[in-house]
Amino acid sequence: MTGRALLPILLAAILIGAIPLFVTANTVLNFLVFTLIIALAAQGWNILGGYGGQFSFGHAAFFGTGAYAAAILQTRFGINAWAAFCLGIAAGAAIGWIIGYLSFRSGLRGSYFALVTLAFAEVFRILANASAVTGGAAGLLVKLDVRPENFQFSSRAVFVWIALALVVAVLVLTAWIERSRFGAQLVAVRENEGAARALGVDALRVKLLAIALSGGVTAAAGALYVQYFLYIDATIAYGTWISVEALLAPIIGGAGTVLGPLVGAVTLHGLGEITKTLAGRVPGIDLVAFGALLIVAVAFAPDGIIGLARRLRARIGRGGGA
Amino acid sequence: MSLLSVSHVTKRFGGLVAINDASLVVEAGSITGLIGPNGAGKTTLFAVVSGFEAPTEGTIRFEERDITAVPTHVRARDGIARTFQIVQPFAGLSVADNIAVGAHLRHAGRADALAVAHDVARRVGLDRDLHKPAASLTVAGRKRLELARALATGPKLLLLDEVLAGLNPSEIRDIVPVIRAIRDDGVTILMIEHVMQAVMNLCERVYVLAQGRIIAEGEPRQVCEDQAVIEAYLGKGAAARLSSRAAGGAHV
Ligand SMILES: Nc1ncnc2c1ncn2[C@@H]1O[C@H](COP(=O)(O)OP(=O)(O)O)[C@@H](O)[C@H]1O
Ligand SMILES: [Mg+2]
Repeated sequence: MTGRALLPILLAAILIGAIPLFVTANTVLNFLVFTLIIALAAQGWNILGGYGGQFSFGHAAFFGTGAYAAAILQTRFGINAWAAFCLGIAAGAAIGWIIGYLSFRSGLRGSYFALVTLAFAEVFRILANASAVTGGAAGLLVKLDVRPENFQFSSRAVFVWIALALVVAVLVLTAWIERSRFGAQLVAVRENEGAARALGVDALRVKLLAIALSGGVTAAAGALYVQYFLYIDATIAYGTWISVEALLAPIIGGAGTVLGPLVGAVTLHGLGEITKTLAGRVPGIDLVAFGALLIVAVAFAPDGIIGLARRLRARIGRGGGA
Repeated sequence: MSLLSVSHVTKRFGGLVAINDASLVVEAGSITGLIGPNGAGKTTLFAVVSGFEAPTEGTIRFEERDITAVPTHVRARDGIARTFQIVQPFAGLSVADNIAVGAHLRHAGRADALAVAHDVARRVGLDRDLHKPAASLTVAGRKRLELARALATGPKLLLLDEVLAGLNPSEIRDIVPVIRAIRDDGVTILMIEHVMQAVMNLCERVYVLAQGRIIAEGEPRQVCEDQAVIEAYLGKGAAARLSSRAAGGAHV
């Protein structure tokens, strides 16, 4: 991979990674961890939605599966937290592959695919809310036992760095996808599936690989959520909030770009915090800000912040003329 | 040796018979033409040969092998490439990336695929446009892009669906030698074409499809004088009217 592709990733990593060295306020570190978890979930969505053009409204299905798998394997089966974390990712990838197989095999696309993913997430939410394994409506508590081998740390900074390491790993993965045959075929399927098939692209295989990767990455976000908050219930795990976050961040930041999900998540949550501070404790005011931002993005930056930045740079490069 | 053989293919869309018991053979190394009035079923026949549509009846053989049930992307791997009459560019990608998707069929690495894309672009005369977005190409450019992408898959058989339609005479003059050069490089071509001058120029053999049936086949000049063909294009009785008006040239 070329240095040109890795440089922005390195810069983002240093910039965010340095914050805990200078800031120790819990609110700031909480904000960072939470935003990075959202960014990770959004990076998962971006692989399938941004590069593959298959818009999911139900990425909660993967987030929740990662979260519950990690929590249940630890609390009910006594499996090591790190192993449970990895198995959570695998579970998310498997659920992704299954949902993909069921919907892509029968030729579902566009809004039909979006609705089916939404339906899966909702069914999972209802099941998790009712089942005994998942702790029902009361949810699941992971026992507090602060030791590194338990994936529990007394320092929030460590969590920032772990979350950041995962986000950076997926940034590198995404940059690799962009330059691979798989990525070229995935984008071709997004742009025109019929033409892609005529050129020898196995569209089903490409989409299945994309949704499995996508599910695995978003499941990592869910499993990380569990390790940080040591609690999960059906509304958090499989709620629409995370499906919306996972798709909003890439769309605001730039779907189908490496940095889009991270930029979008930071923008959304940065703005949300600022509005909350400025407007005081008006309930839901951050959601109003989200909505406003989405409208602005759709109207003025249809290809997100990254797309807007590229266009501006191209204009400046041409000599700044109007 | 015949590279492609279509035998007794029928394709029905509900009550509509788009192709009716059509058979044809494409010899390896040839340029074969497929002509016929609008709505005759030519594009549908391409869809059946490339695997986009399953025939209601009949079989498709490629290199003597029955491929009737083989999926589209596997046929591409086997060496069948097609262009689309209604161009289907990857609109959001550059010309180079469009062609690279085709090149990736036989080249895993991005650098390799891009090198092939550059080479193919040069062959079809798109090398100046490589870094442009595909959406910014003119009609002629888009037709060349269809050709380039298909060619980049390294096909044995190239199915060209009206790649000259919508081009002006000078653009047609530019692209005819390109098609001939592709064949001279060892790619067999089956082309649907309305521009008769090009058909006469390029094709060794021509099949005529009308209302789903193959009504004539042979050398282009001979087919153009065929009574049934003239009537298919110009209506019943046209052949008789033309021949009674003495010789005037073969303007079909
Ligand atoms: N997918 C389809 N569904 C229904 N009818 C179709 C379909 N594709 C083609 N047809 C019909 O089949 C006939 C042949 O069309 P086509 O193969 O495009 O003709 P040509 O390429 O010779 O102009 C037309 O009457 C067309 O309307
Ligand atoms: Mg046609």
